[in-house]
Amino acid sequence: MTGRQNLLYFLTLHRTGLAVTLMSAALLAFPFVEDNPYTLGLTNLIAINAIVVLGLNLFIGYTGQISLGHAAFFGLGAYGSAIATVTFELAPWPAMFLVAALVALIALAVGIPVLRLSGHYLAMATLGLNYVVHTVLLQWDEVTGGPSGFAGIPSLTVPGTVIDDAVGLHYLLWGFAMACLLLCLNLVRSGVGRGMAALAGDETAAAALGVDTRATKIKVFVLSAVLASLAGSLFAHCYAYVSPDTFGIFASTDFVIMVVVGGMGSIWGSVFGAAFLTLMPEWVEFFDTYKDFVHGGILVLVLMFLPQGLITGLTDTIRVRLALRRRDHAAA
Amino acid sequence: MYTDLLQYVFGGLTSGAIYALIALGFCVVSNTMGIVNFIQVDFVTLGGMFMFSALFSLGLPTIPALGLAVAMVALAAMVVERVGLRPARSDNHLVLIFLTVGLSIIMRGVIKLVWGKNRMALPPLTPDVPVQILGASVLPQALWILGLTIVAIAVLTWFFHRTSLGLSMRAVASNPTAAAVVGIPAGRVRLTSYAIAGALGGLAGVLVTPITTLNYDVGVLLGLKGFAAAILGGFGSFPGAILGGLGLGLLESLSAGYLSSAYKDVVAFVVLLLVLFVRPKGLLGK
Amino acid sequence: MLRLEGVGKNFGGLPALKDVSFGAPAGRLTALIGPNGAGKSTLINCITGVLAPSCGSILFQGEEIAGLPAHKVTRRGIHRTFQNLRLFPRLSVLDNVLTGLTCEGGESMLMAMLRLPYLRHRERQLKLRALEAMDAFGLADKAAWPAGVLAYGDKKRVELARAIVGRPKLLLLDEPVAGLNAEETAAVGEQLRNLRRAGHTILLVEHDMDLVMNIADLVVVLDSGQCIATGTAGEVRRNPIVLEAYLGRMEATA
Repeated sequence: MTGRQNLLYFLTLHRTGLAVTLMSAALLAFPFVEDNPYTLGLTNLIAINAIVVLGLNLFIGYTGQISLGHAAFFGLGAYGSAIATVTFELAPWPAMFLVAALVALIALAVGIPVLRLSGHYLAMATLGLNYVVHTVLLQWDEVTGGPSGFAGIPSLTVPGTVIDDAVGLHYLLWGFAMACLLLCLNLVRSGVGRGMAALAGDETAAAALGVDTRATKIKVFVLSAVLASLAGSLFAHCYAYVSPDTFGIFASTDFVIMVVVGGMGSIWGSVFGAAFLTLMPEWVEFFDTYKDFVHGGILVLVLMFLPQGLITGLTDTIRVRLALRRRDHAAA
Repeated sequence: MYTDLLQYVFGGLTSGAIYALIALGFCVVSNTMGIVNFIQVDFVTLGGMFMFSALFSLGLPTIPALGLAVAMVALAAMVVERVGLRPARSDNHLVLIFLTVGLSIIMRGVIKLVWGKNRMALPPLTPDVPVQILGASVLPQALWILGLTIVAIAVLTWFFHRTSLGLSMRAVASNPTAAAVVGIPAGRVRLTSYAIAGALGGLAGVLVTPITTLNYDVGVLLGLKGFAAAILGGFGSFPGAILGGLGLGLLESLSAGYLSSAYKDVVAFVVLLLVLFVRPKGLLGK
Repeated sequence: MLRLEGVGKNFGGLPALKDVSFGAPAGRLTALIGPNGAGKSTLINCITGVLAPSCGSILFQGEEIAGLPAHKVTRRGIHRTFQNLRLFPRLSVLDNVLTGLTCEGGESMLMAMLRLPYLRHRERQLKLRALEAMDAFGLADKAAWPAGVLAYGDKKRVELARAIVGRPKLLLLDEPVAGLNAEETAAVGEQLRNLRRAGHTILLVEHDMDLVMNIADLVVVLDSGQCIATGTAGEVRRNPIVLEAYLGRMEATA
């Protein structure tokens, strides 16, 4: 092998590790290049959304099910942390994980009965759950603060410092997002992940290969709910204020659009989808009036031309082209 | 005491009839395409909006305006199917359902752009003089709702049992592969099912607006309750949809009357979750 | 190894299988033949847990497996291929074969997410096994290709490799040569003979009579949902009932 081939081989073999390292380095350096709090606020929001979308994409992309209620888990995480730290005066970090555990139980309670059914009942069940959660957040004002929201949520601390400025939050949130990204990448590249990929491709074949399809669906659903809850907790501590409207059913559809833009089952695509949708209002002037057209249009167009989602669809097309060319090359 | 109960029952039947109409719309599309059609919720909003325009922009009398509004929603539904769903050429349910979600978002944009975001009020079909029935006072609009729902159900029954297109649609519902083999035109069946779903949703929207007033969010909420009713009755079953709608309406009105009205809107979804938990095939499911 | 006792299956009152009993002894190649509509697919689906039989018992290594869900049957050691290919076209050939090792379990979702060192080591071993299995079927140079672009014969081989790689106790092959030409059929026949020689227990469901008669130790004939004959290839070939029900009909249509 020549030196160039060696290098190429090394790059392909370690492409995931290298990509994660590169992205982490870029994120570490980012605040030195850009310290405008507004811009950092935006990228911080991307990190929070990315955590939700990572989990949701694992669920949609690998189990072929639909959740239209992840904003509910996101909201439960946010309000859970708010109530636990302000009303019950718990320390923020333990509270965050306690809340995530409770959300996992709720997801389990919804997932176990509904995911044993074939068909897309989960879509409506999660939508219903989202509606219930939203209504409770609005109506139960002695606990949640009602329509005016819940203020005064403390910032997170690491020993010695309180994280309340944009740069500190950048490191906190992106640290979390990259950790989740790494966990998800590990998962899909493992044996369990291959079982999930089999489930996404063909449920009957997956079962014949020894994949417990029902248990896998439930586990991934719970995992995605936990990630959404953690993101919600971070959101609450980051903004110190939460209100019910952030967690309505339309927020759930926005998360779904991020998944579809990223591509079903694509981990890197999830981050891209979250970034794309979060930044879009910044680029498109007339966005406010035509938000629905842009969001709906993106969803419809992507699905019509690349049913696997934007990024996955594009990379798949390229992979198949390359393989076909190699095959014809070998045959010739 | 007795009068209260009767009052709640009448209220429940009225909203139940609306839910039944919407649930039937969900069932028609689910039976022919096998998917949950999220645009159904927009058909409800659209019905109320078209009625508003027909009455106040065109100045039509009530009954022609009602007919026009329902026809317009049916037409809009057919356009949605033809332009928004058919070009995808996909049989993947995940993709089709996401498409209906996307189209629903676009439709929301259209409605907000054309009719604005404010709540719309409509006059009732006949003047608001309460009628006394068995000691309960009932608005004429409630009687209209019950009556027209029965008419709609009768027309549907006739269509599905007496016309060749209706029979084809039932064939597709019971065995899609066999139906395709014997040459039933799948495109026309899908288009018709959308038209029917649109008409049913539109009618629900027209009828409910004088009682609740309507904007986009209300339409969505009604649509989702219609879905809960369909699940309650057994998803895909027509008698189930009617029974589920009435049952849900009664539950809602009784719980609002005797328990708390703050969480009235939550009842439907709690019922939805409970049904999925205990008896996922619903009351009359196969 | 595998023993069926009085297995029956009804679909809405219509019997698809009636009182089917036979055994597939360890280390042998048992072939299940029968005309179209004889109930072969239903029987396979009952054994592999896709369907639950209406009555009767299916004993595997002396334990009842009738009614177990598919993934549990697989984990007991019955691996299968499908009549109509069921590969994952978007995954690479290597990953497709690796999915055949999912049944061995041994890792939880949490462990996988943390990518413990022990798992990395294990993953390397699994890959070696998969490459070995692919080598045996001449697929090693196509490891990185998406399975969807392979030729039909190669896809069939990938499915075989996927079923073999998990070291099944019983290998259940559903028409492995359907759609292959004579040359490819002969090659598959040779591979089956090798597997048999290596000590695999195989239950082969097949239409191709020549293949069955050449390589099967034991032949079970199914007709109209009933088991009408069992014996060696030679015995079955001479059995008048079989000739009547199956071979005669074949010749009549040929």
